[in-house]
Amino acid sequence: MKILLMGNPNVGKSGIFSRLTGVRVMVSNYPGTTVGYTRGQMKLGDQTADVIDVPGVYTLEPTCQADEVALKMLDEGDLVINVINATNLERNLYLTLQLLEKKVPVIVALNMWDETAHRGINIDVDKLQKLLGVPVVATSAVTGEGIKKLVQSIPLARAPQIAAQERDARWVTIGNIIKEAQQLSHRHHRWYETLADATVQPLTGALLALVILAVSFFAIRFIGESLINYILDPVFQNLWAPVLMKLNGLLANVEFLRSILIGKLIDGQIDFVQSFGVLSTGLYVEFAMVLPYIISFYLVIGVLEDTGYLPRLAVLLDTLMHRLGLHGYAIIPTLLGFGCNVPAVLGTRMLESKRERFIAATLISIAVPCAALQAMIFGLVGARGIQYVILIYAVLFMVWIILGVIMHFTVRGFSPELLIEIPPYRLPQWRTFLQKLWMRTSGFLREAAPIILGSILVINILYLLGVFDAIANFTAPVVTGVWGLPKEAVTAIVIGFLRKDVALGMLAPLALSTGQLVVGSVVLAMFFPCIATFAVLVRELGIVNMLKSVGIMIVTVLIVGGLLNLILSSLTL
Amino acid sequence: MTDKEFINLTGMPSGTTGTITAIEGGYGLINRLNSLGIRPCKKVTKISSMIFRGPVTIEIDGNQMALGYGMARRVIVKPDDPIK
Repeated sequence: MKILLMGNPNVGKSGIFSRLTGVRVMVSNYPGTTVGYTRGQMKLGDQTADVIDVPGVYTLEPTCQADEVALKMLDEGDLVINVINATNLERNLYLTLQLLEKKVPVIVALNMWDETAHRGINIDVDKLQKLLGVPVVATSAVTGEGIKKLVQSIPLARAPQIAAQERDARWVTIGNIIKEAQQLSHRHHRWYETLADATVQPLTGALLALVILAVSFFAIRFIGESLINYILDPVFQNLWAPVLMKLNGLLANVEFLRSILIGKLIDGQIDFVQSFGVLSTGLYVEFAMVLPYIISFYLVIGVLEDTGYLPRLAVLLDTLMHRLGLHGYAIIPTLLGFGCNVPAVLGTRMLESKRERFIAATLISIAVPCAALQAMIFGLVGARGIQYVILIYAVLFMVWIILGVIMHFTVRGFSPELLIEIPPYRLPQWRTFLQKLWMRTSGFLREAAPIILGSILVINILYLLGVFDAIANFTAPVVTGVWGLPKEAVTAIVIGFLRKDVALGMLAPLALSTGQLVVGSVVLAMFFPCIATFAVLVRELGIVNMLKSVGIMIVTVLIVGGLLNLILSSLTL
Repeated sequence: MTDKEFINLTGMPSGTTGTITAIEGGYGLINRLNSLGIRPCKKVTKISSMIFRGPVTIEIDGNQMALGYGMARRVIVKPDDPIK
């Protein structure tokens, strides 16, 4: 049996899914968290049923790619659990009626039940059940209330015999249902709601956005640096370094293995940044430079996601984003890109038009550095002075704006206007918050970590075989001539295709000037996205558009890297 | 009918309420707005609008949504208090 979870965006489908199946999923407080579908299984008596978490839709007439995914699923399901938001019954029932007209067995989960009381909403569940002719269960995915009853109702689901209606007739039907089943008690605007509304007023909203983004940035930096300075770096220096030195002694006669595992010794000691062995720099980059920032980034972005601030930021930035051929909602995948470009490119599915998705995905893959790369920028460039880190961000931001404006004028197609629901502010729920943080962190360790170690292994072997020298001589005109980097830096650019963090780490032993390091960081950030991002770009944009995107990228990185080199070298940095 | 009896969402002052009377648009636009609960006969409160023809934020049935300037201009409202 195949059970589909369907409903409007941001009603808690993923929360219910997680409760039913025990499968961990991302839950946030903004419409469009789920853009693909997730499968899981649940026990139903002595049977197992497949449960599918479908992206949210407002109607069965698709408006964006995520909607199309949802509608295709409908044909496959044996039963639909229609999750509806009890605090917004009227609007949610529109989709319910459309589902009932499809004549598939439906049960209704009246979710967010816990929020109805304080919002002055009183729904007569029995009456609603009678009027709709299918089982209705009040639930709260957050507290787990009603989930058991929902499961028990599954065998009771049946396809109702409702004739298909036109849009306006449907609203009349809904009006009648609401009149009988729902009572609203009048309620005054509370003081905190006025405060909440300040975040979407032009002046106060802009000020608050600056404060919130600045606080977020410094929180990420503070948490990341604290984890590094007080926990991870001491562990490596005091516990791991002595172990490696012992190993170094043991491997003294097997130079090939020693140089791969431990790498160069600097002044007879292991230098975790420059030694470049798999067990020295490889582990250090992964656990003591990148991992802390992955944790701190997702901790902070998780708060922004779960409170419901992001859609408001989308409203504030809408006008700016229109200059780039996007609308405000594109800021959400863009922000996610600062964590990892892969989910960010996937997240562009929440945008309605092909053109928007192309522009957003191209801008993300060129101008938005992922957390791993940023961690390395903080670590390596930050050591030369924080102003150079700021310079890198400023350059990337300008690239984002200018490239966006250019694409706005040149890419054909249309970009629709913003039309979004703004969820109420909510407190993050510990269970889902920590679950999400864990999923993202363990995802990094599982998927990125082997590539980090593997690429350092490959680098060492290629060095020993002299392959890099050949590439370096071949590409010297661009790398040295245009970007002013030593020709060995090309190895880093090649490795950047595997992992950006390792690539930037490869610049460390090259004794670059600060200007060269800035150019190198910018080039690495903009040049070919890592292989994982590349794969999603192909999947989401198609080969042809991906090639266009790459073409834009190559031209941009040549120009920007060249200009930056000219400017910085004339300042003799 | 005077000019000020009906206005569109962009002309409505923030913080005021009114009733939606019509959506001037094609089937597609009406459908999209309807599915979000923006449709004739609904009470609407305007929360804010952004400068430079930015989006308009409104509240219907206690739920907030934001719509672009061009769409907001097509939503016609009869204000509760006549506008001077």
